[in-house]
Amino acid sequence: MTTTNRLRFFTFAAPQRFYRLTGALVPWLWAVTALLTVAGLYVGFFVAPTDATQGDSYRIIFIHVPAAWMSMVLYLVMAFWAAIGWAFNARLAFMVARALAPTGAMFTFLALWTGAFWGKPTWGTWWVWDARLTSELILLFLYLGYIALVNAIDDQRRADLAGALLAVVGAVNVPIIYFSVKWWNTLHQGASISMTAAPTMASTMLTAMLLMTFAFWAYAFAVVFTRTRAIVLEREQHTEWVGSLAAAKR
Amino acid sequence: MSSVFGTIVARDLLLAARRRIDALLPIAFFVVAVSLFPLGVGPEPQMLRQMAAGVVWVCALLAAMLSLTAMYGADYADGSLEQMLLSGESGFSIASAKALAHWLITGVPLVVAAPLFGLLFDLSGPALLALTLSLLLGTPILSLLGGLGAALTLGLRSGGVLLILLILPLCIPALIFGTGAVSAVESGLSARAHYSLLGALLIASGLLVPWATAAALRIAVE
Repeated sequence: MTTTNRLRFFTFAAPQRFYRLTGALVPWLWAVTALLTVAGLYVGFFVAPTDATQGDSYRIIFIHVPAAWMSMVLYLVMAFWAAIGWAFNARLAFMVARALAPTGAMFTFLALWTGAFWGKPTWGTWWVWDARLTSELILLFLYLGYIALVNAIDDQRRADLAGALLAVVGAVNVPIIYFSVKWWNTLHQGASISMTAAPTMASTMLTAMLLMTFAFWAYAFAVVFTRTRAIVLEREQHTEWVGSLAAAKR
Repeated sequence: MSSVFGTIVARDLLLAARRRIDALLPIAFFVVAVSLFPLGVGPEPQMLRQMAAGVVWVCALLAAMLSLTAMYGADYADGSLEQMLLSGESGFSIASAKALAHWLITGVPLVVAAPLFGLLFDLSGPALLALTLSLLLGTPILSLLGGLGAALTLGLRSGGVLLILLILPLCIPALIFGTGAVSAVESGLSARAHYSLLGALLIASGLLVPWATAAALRIAVE
């Protein structure tokens, strides 16, 4: 049989193969994260020019904006894997969805925290009840709700399915966050980067922001893979391959 | 509408009528909670008028959350929920009947009581009307979403608090447009846009949430 050795679409949906693949990938992802973070922070703090109106305090956007992007993208990714898990009854998809939630919540918190630090010198206040800030806060509540629900249910299958349902329902909120800028145009400045119009920021600033975004992506992959590997081991502890892994460690 | 829909609504209303005090508790909570606000922030009519819509809406939201654990809890415990799901009737009509019954028991009294409390907060006539209308459109959304939360947390330890954590964020759009309608009327603008958005939310949740609730119920009894 030649087909058994070919790489197929669902090859890495098997927890055992996923475990081996990510085991090889994770060190590289950490290396990429470190490199990109150093490069992004260097460009952001030493190369990018000082902003004409906001001074140096604007530089926190190199953390803030990528974190806010990641917080929204990770929620969608979580809902996507939850839905895949539900539709195809794929064990690994549920594990990935579960592993994504804490990282997403962390990025949401980071976006809110750095936003407060940026708001104090720029707007003169830590917090305003603006649509975007508020929806980001709601996103944090959604992440916390998902984590709380999944941890409250003892039965693993029910936890996976109920969490998947909640994630998909909550995903309705993510577009509201994105379009809230257009709905309520209050204190928060509009989006500076758009796909259609020319960016209003200096190109070095954009470079730093993109570098930090890719660094955060690499970080998210590394952390989520590591966490998924732990969940895989926990759930597959009765299988033969985990047993032989443990035996090899001894 | 299937006959099961009507039967479930009638049954839940009958059960509520047999345990009248239990059914009235959320309303009592609403009355007490709303009355606490003037005591907390002071009796200045100007300030009370400004916060009236928000206070009434938030208290209605919390009051609607209070009775949610009972929505499926007893049926789950005595097995009748499983029988309903096994009956071959669509989960959609079971979930929407349950939500309608919850709204009739909890939501309608809130809508009736709200203008009274608007008066205590010195709201003008048109603003009172806007408050009542927005609650009329908004409280069914709370019952629908609440049913989903109740189904997701069925039979869990600390399910009641978890339910509130899950559902309150999803209720925020209803809260925003509901109170927005009253502030629009207060500042002399038309509240029609808010009513339209609330109506759209109601239609969307009426069509989608019972489906999700039915799925959650099946997960819970699986």
